[in-house]
Amino acid sequence: MSKRILIVGGGLAGTITANGLCRQLGSALGKGEVSITMLGTTDQHMYQPGLLYIPFGTMREDELFRDQRKVLDRRVNFFVDPASNIDVENNRVETHAGMSFGYDYLVIATGSRIVPEEIPGMAEGAHWFYDLDGARKMRQALEDFDGGKIVVNVNAPHKCPVAPLEISFMLYHHLQKRGLADKTEITYTYPIGRLHALEPVAHWTSAEFDKYGIKSETFFNAKSVDPAAKTIESEEGSTLPYDLLVTIPPHRGAEVIEASDLGAGGWVPTDRHSLNREGSSNVFVVGDTTNIPISKAGSTAHYEADTLIDNLTSLVLEGRTARPYDGKVFCFVETGMDSATYVWFNYETPPNPGPPSKMIHWSKLAYNRLYWLSARGLL
Amino acid sequence: MSTTTIDARGSYCPGPLLELIAGLKLISIGDEIEIWSSDQGSVKDIPEWIAKVGHQMGETTEQDGYWSIRIIKSK
Ligand SMILES: Cc1cc2nc3c(=O)[nH]c(=O)nc-3n(C[C@H](O)[C@H](O)[C@H](O)COP(=O)(O)OP(=O)(O)OC[C@H]3O[C@@H](n4cnc5c(N)ncnc54)[C@H](O)[C@@H]3O)c2cc1C
Repeated sequence: MSKRILIVGGGLAGTITANGLCRQLGSALGKGEVSITMLGTTDQHMYQPGLLYIPFGTMREDELFRDQRKVLDRRVNFFVDPASNIDVENNRVETHAGMSFGYDYLVIATGSRIVPEEIPGMAEGAHWFYDLDGARKMRQALEDFDGGKIVVNVNAPHKCPVAPLEISFMLYHHLQKRGLADKTEITYTYPIGRLHALEPVAHWTSAEFDKYGIKSETFFNAKSVDPAAKTIESEEGSTLPYDLLVTIPPHRGAEVIEASDLGAGGWVPTDRHSLNREGSSNVFVVGDTTNIPISKAGSTAHYEADTLIDNLTSLVLEGRTARPYDGKVFCFVETGMDSATYVWFNYETPPNPGPPSKMIHWSKLAYNRLYWLSARGLL
Repeated sequence: MSTTTIDARGSYCPGPLLELIAGLKLISIGDEIEIWSSDQGSVKDIPEWIAKVGHQMGETTEQDGYWSIRIIKSK
């Protein structure tokens, strides 16, 4: 009987996985021995890192999107019909439209989402760029801004560990261009006792912030925002006034994960090596929605997906898995307007960034452009 | 009181303290988190943050190559 692979979520991790499986299982797909089905929420695929440029007007909204159907291999059966319940006991997924899909192997790739509403006052008083609507509103708020105090407030957990730093530097350069840098004070807040989770990056950031006069406050976890008084208060007892509050709101996994009782906060308990949902040998978890304690980032999704593609292919064809995931994460870090460095690490190897260079900056720019090739599984 | 275990061994980014902060948001007051960290720095920076924010430290024990640190959510 034909083996059914069902992928829930058509973002980066789900899409790379689907396309990679099509390539590796081409012959079995051709003979009808296996089928690949994906359930998504929309027929558009969004390039999320591009959201960073929307508030500054340096990228158009339409540049962020491609038709998901065009990004996906033709052999994937794609439904724009979100999962409403994932029943791992009975190997079944129900959808919003009332369909029911059985599977032999399930891939959960439902990502993460921002939940500003969990901090009182944040949704009303703050701006963010982590979704399109928020990035549009922030663009307007920046247009209206004519100097004053900006607070860039980072909360845990969040995806893309470098975006908070990038937005801070971009804000500075944007305001400088508009002649507002002298009339503006930027304060960056971070939840732990340094400026970034990665120690070498925190160290470097501290020197860069000094260069630009960006202030900072560490051990700052937002407790509430008072939109009328224009202040943000931390769990640690500090209060900062703002004229423009830019926040990286806390995140949760997808609603369907919690609705299906698959993990607190929407994070699915996942074996860090096999990527199996804990307790299910035929359910795999990939991308932001795992509870693995590593960065929620596109590169993580990519390396996990590569492992999963090999393992699922071997399982379908030979009934065995191929290799464990080693926890690899890779990040470019922009270190100025025309230089960058990168760090990589895994469960065993700590990060050790090399010296910044122009060459790495160009590689990062090229990588931005290559996102679509990567999603299509061609990188 | 229920205990949630967070295995943050080998976590360089976000690292054990950020995992703990995220984990505390998901449990009720009076419940406990036992976090495992292979970074000796956690033995210092976790209690430092817990004292600032006002949760309660439980026991810290050295295991085979990692530390187990217990925290009770108090607010
Ligand atoms: C502003 C910003 C900048 C970033 N910059 C970078 C960067 O420079 N480098 C980097 O590596 N990463 C970056 N990231 C992070 C990166 O985009 C994510 O980590 C990555 O997209 C994770 O992939 P994913 O497939 O797990 O989640 P997603 O790509 O978010 O996909 C999840 C998909 O699941 C869908 N879904 C949810 N619920 C359901 C349901 N019930 N049924 C079906 N489908 C569902 C969602 O609609 C979504 O399409 C950035 C993110 C943001 C927001």
